[in-house]
Amino acid sequence: MAQSRHAVTKEQSPKITALVVDDNMVNRTIHQRLLDNLGIENEVVCNGKEAVDVHCSGKNFDLILMDMDMPIMNGIEATRRLREMGIRSMIAGVSTRAMEQEIQAFKEAGLDDYQEKPLTMSKLTSIIRKMNHND
Amino acid sequence: MESRTLRQQIISMRQSFFDEEILDGQFTQLEQLEDRDNPNFVEEVLTLYFRDSTALLATLEQAMETVPIDFPKVDKMLHQLKGSSASVGANKVRNEINKTRELCQETKVEGAKAAFQELRKEHDTLKAKLEPYFHQLRQAGSAESAMRPR
Repeated sequence: MAQSRHAVTKEQSPKITALVVDDNMVNRTIHQRLLDNLGIENEVVCNGKEAVDVHCSGKNFDLILMDMDMPIMNGIEATRRLREMGIRSMIAGVSTRAMEQEIQAFKEAGLDDYQEKPLTMSKLTSIIRKMNHND
Repeated sequence: MESRTLRQQIISMRQSFFDEEILDGQFTQLEQLEDRDNPNFVEEVLTLYFRDSTALLATLEQAMETVPIDFPKVDKMLHQLKGSSASVGANKVRNEINKTRELCQETKVEGAKAAFQELRKEHDTLKAKLEPYFHQLRQAGSAESAMRPR
């Protein structure tokens, strides 16, 4: 595991930063641990509004892991708002929603990638590879 | 000798969870996230899970007893529970959630209530099986640290 962490971070400098947006503490904990394992600096927020607010405060992230169903502001609305604000970060939607039209709506809001929950190391690695490929 | 028996017990308990399909591959994913800096990550996540799931099930129980049942509200809560159950690899719990949701979506009150009770049962079974497992793991962990050269 340590070796793969070095392998990922060696390829890019400076360090990748990520924002986890999820209302569920279990998922936030798991996603943070996945990111920590890859040496990715990360922060967490609990809903879409907090994700927007953290960007309004001037912070920026290379990667945003965005859950779909959240109270106050959901992932679709948050993604839309962030894109309207000019945020060009990689936004990966992560959700347990299975219905095609819901996933489509999420993608159309401005996602760069979509992965079904639960997130695993290989799904996260594929998001990061996509991010590196787009740079 | 004693720690070898303990380790065997742990291996055997763990295997039974997969053989009985109580847990799935997602649990293994969590195990792979443990390292020296985070040796109890799986137990920590499952503790968080059970704290949330127990509270959610209590709220669901009340919602299922209300007349009439607010099915959209119940579905939302079941969706939440499904998300975290899937994230920890709670396979049977997740399956029972799906069954309950289907019956709720068809507004089959009695069926949904029965399915919910099955869901509760699977959840409580999982909790009852994992608690001694983590206890054994911690014991094995302490035994190993005691054996490490100072």
